This record gives sequence, C-alpha cells and structure tokens, in this order.
Amino acid sequence: MSLELRAITKRFGSVVANDTISLSVGPGEIHGLLGENGAGKSTLVKILSGFITRDHGEIELDGTKLHLLSPNEAVANGIGILHQEPLVFLPFSVVDNFLIGSPKEYGHAEAYEALSRISEQFGFDLNPDVSASNLSIGERQQLEIARLLWLGARVLILDEPTTAISSTQREKLFATIRDLAGDGMSVIFVSHKLEEVQELCDRVTILREGKIAASVDLPSPVEYLVSKMFGTGVLPQTRRAKVNGSSLLELVNASASEQPGQIIDANLAVTRGQVIGLAGLEGAGQRTLLRAMAGFVPFTEGSFRVQSAEISELDYLDRLGLGFYYLPADRQREGLVNGLSITEHVALSVTDQSKVIDWNVARSEAARRIDKFSIKGTVESTPESLSGGNQQRLLLALMPEAPLLLLMEHPTRGLDIESATWVWSYLLTLSESGTSIIFSSSDLEELTTYSDQIAIFFSGRIIDQVDASEATVEELGLLIGGVRQR
Amino acid sequence: MNAATFAIIVASATPLIFAAIGETITEKAGVVNLSLDGSMLLSAMTGFAIAYTTGSVELGLLAGMATSGVVAFVVAFGGIRLRVNQIAVGLILTYFATKLSALLGGEFVRKPGPSVQKMSLPVLEDIPFFGEILFQQNPLVYFSFLLIIVSFWWIFHTRRGLDLQAIGERPEAAFARGIPVNSLRYFYTVLGGAFVGLGGAAFSLDAKMGWSEGHIANYGWIALALVIFGGWHPLRVAFGCYLFGAIQIVALKMQPTLPDLAQVLPIAPFPLMILTLVFLNMRVVQSFTMRFGGIGRLIRGTAPSALGESFWPD
Amino acid sequence: MNALQQTKYFAGAITISLVVSIFFLWLVEAPLVDTAKLLVEGAFGTNQRIGDTFMIWVPLLLASASLVVTFSAGLWNIGVEGQIVAGAVAASFVAREVQGSTAVVLTLMVIGGFVGGALWGLLVGVLRVRGGVNEIFGGIGLNFVATGLIVYLVIGPWSRDGVASTGGTEPFGPQAWFPTIDGLRVSPLALIIAFVALVSVMFLLSKTHFGLRLRATGKNSLAANRFGIATSRYLLMAFIIGGGIAGLAGVTQAGAVYHRLVPSISGGYGFLAILIVLLARFRGLWVIPIALFFATIAMASFQWQLRLGLHSALGGVIQGVLVLSIVLVMGYQEGRQHREQSNIRGNTAL
Repeated sequence: MSLELRAITKRFGSVVANDTISLSVGPGEIHGLLGENGAGKSTLVKILSGFITRDHGEIELDGTKLHLLSPNEAVANGIGILHQEPLVFLPFSVVDNFLIGSPKEYGHAEAYEALSRISEQFGFDLNPDVSASNLSIGERQQLEIARLLWLGARVLILDEPTTAISSTQREKLFATIRDLAGDGMSVIFVSHKLEEVQELCDRVTILREGKIAASVDLPSPVEYLVSKMFGTGVLPQTRRAKVNGSSLLELVNASASEQPGQIIDANLAVTRGQVIGLAGLEGAGQRTLLRAMAGFVPFTEGSFRVQSAEISELDYLDRLGLGFYYLPADRQREGLVNGLSITEHVALSVTDQSKVIDWNVARSEAARRIDKFSIKGTVESTPESLSGGNQQRLLLALMPEAPLLLLMEHPTRGLDIESATWVWSYLLTLSESGTSIIFSSSDLEELTTYSDQIAIFFSGRIIDQVDASEATVEELGLLIGGVRQR
Repeated sequence: MNAATFAIIVASATPLIFAAIGETITEKAGVVNLSLDGSMLLSAMTGFAIAYTTGSVELGLLAGMATSGVVAFVVAFGGIRLRVNQIAVGLILTYFATKLSALLGGEFVRKPGPSVQKMSLPVLEDIPFFGEILFQQNPLVYFSFLLIIVSFWWIFHTRRGLDLQAIGERPEAAFARGIPVNSLRYFYTVLGGAFVGLGGAAFSLDAKMGWSEGHIANYGWIALALVIFGGWHPLRVAFGCYLFGAIQIVALKMQPTLPDLAQVLPIAPFPLMILTLVFLNMRVVQSFTMRFGGIGRLIRGTAPSALGESFWPD
Repeated sequence: MNALQQTKYFAGAITISLVVSIFFLWLVEAPLVDTAKLLVEGAFGTNQRIGDTFMIWVPLLLASASLVVTFSAGLWNIGVEGQIVAGAVAASFVAREVQGSTAVVLTLMVIGGFVGGALWGLLVGVLRVRGGVNEIFGGIGLNFVATGLIVYLVIGPWSRDGVASTGGTEPFGPQAWFPTIDGLRVSPLALIIAFVALVSVMFLLSKTHFGLRLRATGKNSLAANRFGIATSRYLLMAFIIGGGIAGLAGVTQAGAVYHRLVPSISGGYGFLAILIVLLARFRGLWVIPIALFFATIAMASFQWQLRLGLHSALGGVIQGVLVLSIVLVMGYQEGRQHREQSNIRGNTAL
C-alpha cells in the first residue's frame, strides 16, 4: 500500500494554494504534513478526498492512477480520510453512523458485527446503540477510523486529529495509528503541532504558502523544522523603547473554554501602551484568551480587572463602552459587512447620538480615512471587492481613534508586505498614544519585533512570559513547540 | 363519539396525510417546498379535470401527482441548480399555482364528476369497532395508511432512509462519504411533491368532491404546519393530521349549538403548533427529552439541521 | 461589465416571462391585441378606473413598504397578511367606539391601526427571538389566528343586528370614512398615507443610523454585533415598524375601501406585496412602479373578464410568471457572480 503524489497544483483565482506538491508514502509509513494555517494542507486534503479537483498533477495508489473527481471515487479507491471535524451525524446512533455511505448490501447485522470486531482489535469502546451526540470527540474519531477500515481504506489521512481531544485520547489515537502502520497501512498525519509530528511520524513534509518548504526524515532538530514552518518575515526592525505606563488590566488565575479551545489558570498583567504578543501553536489558547477578554467567552474562574474594577461579568457591548476593541482573524465573516460600502461602514462605526446620517459628512469622512489609511478603494467600495490588506486597513480605519485596549488576532495574516508594514507602524503609533495591544500571531519575527512582552501558550496554559528584546526567534520556536522550558 | 364519527375523521384527514407526509419526505432531504398551498390546488384541479374528461379516477390521481411533482421540480431546480432562495421560489409558486388553478379550472367549476369508490376490505371490515373506522373506507384511505407506515419504515429503518436523513442533516459530511447529495435531493423533492399532488387530487376526487376556485381552503398551509407540529416524524405528523381532522369534525358538530366557536376552531392547529414549538424549545424540555433515545426524538422533533440550505460541493 | 451582464440577464428574464405569458394567453384563447389594449384602458381608460387603480395601489404600497423593512433586517415576514388584519381590526374598533369629528376619528384610526399591526408583528418577533419559532411559520400561524379573530368578531360581538353572517360588520359612521374626491373611489388621504409611509421607510433605511444598523444586522448579524449593535433588539424593532405599516394597509382597507370590517379585508395584498418586493429586490423606489403595474394588471383583469370573457385569475398568472422568471434568472446570475468573486478571493477558505 503506497501513495504517490506528483506535482499537485491547485489555484484559486490568483492564489496558488498548492504549488507542485510531490510526496510519496510507502507501506507502513507514517508521513507528517506540517504547516501553519493557510499553508495549503487543507487544500491538499480536499483534493485527496475528491471534494475539489486539482488543476495539474498525478495521484497514484499502489501503482494505479486515480482521477479523484468526487468523494465517491476516493472512498471507492480506499482513500480513508479522518476529517478535522469527524463526519459524524449527531442525532443518529453509533451503528447508523457506521452505516451511512457504505455499500447498500450492508445492513445493520453486518455493521454490528464489523463494529464490534474492529473495536475489539483496536481496543475501542463504542456502544453501537447510543446516540453519536453522547460520544466525545476522541470516540467520534474512533468511530470514523473503524468505519474507514471497514470500507477497506488502504491509505489513512488524518486531518488535524488532535485539535479537540484530551491527552489520554491522543495517546490512544497514536497507538491506533502505530498499530495500523504496523499492519502495512500508509498514513498521512496532517498537523500544525510540531511535537506530535516529531513523536509519531517517520518522515515529514513541511508546507509553507502552498509550496513544499522541506521534506526530511524524523527525528530532525526542532529549530530546523520551526524555521521551515514559520516564515521569517521581511518586516522592518523597529525595536522600540520600553514603556512604563500605569497598570491597565490584570488577569488572575483565569480559566475559560469554548469549542474548540480553552485557557487554564492564566495570569497576565498589562500596562497602558504596552504591546503583548501571544505566541503558541494554533489552538494552544491564544484565540480563546482574546475572545474571553473581548467578552464572547465567559471566564469560568479567576478574575479580570481593568483599572482595579472587576469586569468579568460585563458582556461585549459593555466592554466596547469601556474602550475595548476586538479585531478578528476572519475579517470577512466577523469583521466587515459584505454589501455595505466603506462610507456605510464609517457611518456604522461612529457612535454619535444623532438619528439622521449626513451622508456628505460620512462620505468625506470615509474619503479622509481611505486617504489616511491608504486603502485602495473608493468610498463606494464594498469589503468583498477589497484585498486582505485593504480589508485590514479598513477595519483599523473603523476603530475609534484611541481605544483603551486593542485585542487582535493575526494582525498581518494574509497581508502583503507593504500592508503589513503599514499596519504595524500604525499600531505602534497607537500604542505610543496609550493604547494597549494584545495580539496573537504565528509569525515569530512579528512577535519578537513588535511586542514588549511575549506570553507563550502551550495546551491552554501560559507556560512562560518573556521580554521580547531578550527573545530570539530560535528560542521562541523551542518554547512554542513545548520542547524546552526556560 | 361512535365508530362512524371516527371513520369520518379518518377519511377527512386522508388528503392531509398525503400532503404532510410528502412534505416531510422533502424536508427530511433538506429542501423546503413552501408551495404546498398552491400546488395542492393545482393538483386538485388537474386531477379533477383529467378524471372528468377521461372518466378515469386513476388517471386523475396520477395527473394530480404529476402536477405537483413538476412544481416541486421547479423548487428543486431553483434551489439546487440555480441556487436561488428556496423560500422565495416556494412563495412565488404558491401564488402562481393558485392563480393558474383558477384560470385553467374555470370550465370545471361545480361540475359533477367521478370520485373514488368505497371498497371495504374483506375480513378486516368485520373487526368490531376498528373495522368500521379503518377498513370500510376507499382505496385512497388504505393507501394513506400504507404511506404512513412505509415512509416511517423507509426513513428510520432502511439504508436508503439513513442516506435521506444524512443529506438533510449534514450534506457536506454525506457528500464526503460518497452520497450524491444533490441528485437525491432532486429525487426526494419530486417524490414528496408527487404525494403532495396526490393529497390535492384526493380532495377533488374524494374528500371534498368536485372543483371550485380555492377548493382546498388553506390545507396546504395546514399541511406545512403539521410537518412542524409532527416534528418531521411520519407517525407524529399522521397523528397531527388525525387530530386536525377530529377538530374539524367537532367544529362541524358544534355548528348548530355554538356557531361562533365552530367558525373559529379550524384555525386551532396554528396556535397549537406555535405553542408546541415554544414548549419544545424551552431549555428544560430540551434537556429532558435528550435523555431518551427514539422516544425522545419523537417528542423533540427537531428539524433537519440543513433544512432550506443549498449545498455547493465547490 | 457587471452592469451590462446584469442588464442582459434581466432582458432575458423579461423575454422569458413575455413568451410564457403569451403562451398562457394563447391557451385560454385570448385575443392578443385586445388584451394588451385593455391592459392600459382597463386601468387608465376613465377617471373612475384611474381612481380604482390607485385604490388598489394603496395597500400594495403599504404592504410593500412594510416588507422592505423586515427584508432589510433579513426576515421573511410572511405574517404581513395578519398584520394588515390586526390593523384593520384596531381601526374598526376605533371607528365603532370613538365619537368625534372626522379628523379626530381618522387620526385615532391611523394610530390605532399602526399599533395593532405593530403588536401583531411584535408577536412574530418575540416568538422568533425568544421562542425559537421561525418567523415564516410564526407569521403564517398568526395570519390564520388573525383571520379567525376577524371571523369571530364579524359573526360574534360585532355582528349586524340580528344577522350572524360572514358578510361583514355594520358600516362605520360617516366620521370614520376616508374622504374621497367626487365620483372616484380612491381616497387621496389614503394615497398620501401610503406615500408618506413608503418615503419614511426609504428615509429610515437610507438616511438614518437606525436603518443602517438594521441593514447591517440583516446582511451579517455577527459582524453587526462586533460594531456594537444589539442585533435581537433591532430584529424586534423591524417587526414593530413593519407590522405597524402593514397595519396602516388594514386601516385604509377598512376606512377607505370597505367602510366596515369584512373577513377578507386584506384582499391578499400582503401576499402579493411579497412578490412585488422580491421583484423590486427590496428597494423602496422600485416598489412604486412595480406596485402600480401590479395594480394595473389587477384592474385589467376585471376588464378582461368583463369585456373579453377571460378568467379573472389571468392577471395573477401573468404576475406569477413575471416574478418567477426574474427571480430565477437574476438569482442564477448573482450566484455565478458570487462564485467568481469567491474564486478570486480564494484562500480564505483554506
């Protein structure tokens, strides 16, 4: 059982999501596919699952070329995919889930038999008659793996399988994967978690910006893998003077959880004008912390004080009133309203109490901000017609002049260098005028260059906090990967 | 109430059974066909017109099925292929089909025509009490029993029924498992539409014989409401239909004594449906029913998660 | 280029609807030329007919104005029929109970009708926001409840002396009649109310902060929330305003057309207005000509029946064909455009 990909290429408009990706996985091999969000992993998985069709390139399974024009074909050819969100139908029972999509000659009798046989082989504990909504994420994955094996999977592709499961469940999953590889199955393990790939895989291919950045046997030095995974950006070096502002906020032993993601027992203190970078692998808790501070996720424990006042009970709208501001990573879905013009966005963002909008004023205000924030667009442009960089500039342009606290996910993700540089020069001006900024990023250079302090997240905990002027990219990489504690 | 009254209730609920179960099948697949009030009317008209012209009740029923099948196809084509909002298409078709039934049915208004003939089932009809209620009816009524049972069995106890539920619940997951989501949605929308049409024709050829403008008096909306009241579960939908039939008959019986109330009773299913929904949506009730498997599902009656949403593989 | 493509599709849709309409005309053996001539003559041939066309225009304008508000908030307010009824019931209550000059009574009827419709709309909104009942079914349900209510009133407490029929209540006293111009059935006051309502809606949506926030909520409620908008409050407000304006249609139907309460007071205009607003693509300005055109067809239908012996439903069929082809074709065009754009944007989905 072996899988061979040759020069897979897929474009979306002007973006090359997969650029001549080649890799081969032999029998019994566990092959890691590593890369940050947006590196092109999901596109590759979607191509292999038949969800989208590649533009160029060949896929060969055990010497047979595959077209893979539909998921049906992928299933029929024995490409088994464990999706990041297991393909489980929650209202249905486990055995019904086991059956959906299998060949029609199979009935419940076969399903019960196969489920119990495969469960026994791998030590899964799945009650076929309970509703799938009662299963943990780990058990849903077991259900899916069992189903894929039943359908005769020859290659198993696991897409970010450890995002939402506990460490015990992860151990169980890894044991299963090793067993399968031991039986000669080819496995592709897609992840952005370095330490897991190190632990599990025989070989790793690292993707960055749609291209193969490296393909090496494991184990391999962590700092090498990190350097291949994370871009060392071309951002200008503008180390700045330390700020010594008054205390703004304090987070004490705070915990919160959402689906997916959690923070446990987090402590953080921020002063006026300070810039705090949140570093960590995707899903380590940075996003949950930002969302909890903004008021979208309730703190279950601990206290959150702003200028000594406890505010953990306040909701998002109240916190806006305090001078908080939140800029999401998904600018189109959560930040901007498609179909409304820049002028309308400007009018939407002003908080004046007048009932009637003076569109002339709004238009000239929009024009002023378009000019000030160098947005490539007109007052009538709508967000969906703007590039990522201009969307981010627009979001900044819509912010109140000097917020007390700016919470920001991935300030420069998907931005061209010019926009990224511009965004940071603007953010630094803001911080100098007293705005505190807390941002998450997966660009180590960005973190070390622009933060005063960097909080390092691992599995929902802040494991360390370092002075950015003393941190190097290499050291940060080690800390993020959980390889070393200072 | 005696057996004869129950027999009338069963007979009068029959067209609703066809329409509501048909729509249940369609909505299980994740498509909402909102055109029922219009397409039932149109089917009632074509069914009667064909039966009147050819003298064949069977042909009339088939024509009724075909008519609403075509209307349902337009809903599916608009919603799936053209990616237009299914609600918009359904509402427009409601209006269009209503007017079309009046326009084309003009020459058949209040003419005496053929109708489905009574046919008692031997042996079964002699069962005390129940025989009279259930088995001294006509073939359409028996077919409605069959439809209730078969649709229940098909949806919840067959492999293909599992696929049907899957495409209405999580189309992208069903697609990834190799199920042809959109082809099946076409199929079940048209199939459900055909039963809706049978419901329409069952009015003009049986329950309320003949044809006149607006012949079915809002029964399309009632059928849509009963799907929700019935929690997308054929057995509960059928229960709702019979309950409604009973309310109608009670209203009729009260006509001489309490004329005011009798006039208002036909709207009862709607407040009933709304209150049922509000009750079932209450958090306490939700968590309570979660504790039970099949029975809990029957009580909770949640809508297919992807109802009304188009699925685009790309 | 986009606008050009859109125009091409639009022209295509119009052509399709013309061809299909002519097919139906041929099917019912209608003489094409006479039918077309009567379309104009039937609606505008005499002063009376112009007046009657305008009389139908009024409730269509009002119901459409109501729907523009709720559609802007992203809501399918099928409950508009019930809101018209609730407005008519409230206005009839005022007309029956309040004694005073015409000015006082009419003012109170308008206010009462607005409040009645608004409360009925709010009920749908509360069911949606708090009860988890989708506004489509809550709305349809309450339509029937409203009809039940009106039937109950007409044959029960408000029935004519000694007659319990569904024919309608006793006519209102003269102080509750909307004034008309001699010889015409349309009330200029009703027409003025309709235009004031529509223009107010357009003003509200395009010129005020409230309207902008409402539109933002309708387009993307998550992002709207990020801008500090309490979205469910805005949904409720949309139901209140939309319901109130629909209630005004009930006021004019009761006070300016029937001069009493009848069970079919809404005349199906609420439902027809849904088609108008879909055709107008939710824009207030387009509602004006389209509603007039629909009123024209409705008037022509009478004349087709009277003079050519055609069925009165012919006009409705043509309206349906027109809206169906335009919504299908333009929806398809928008879907394509959307897909092309999302391909260009690309990697947000990666």
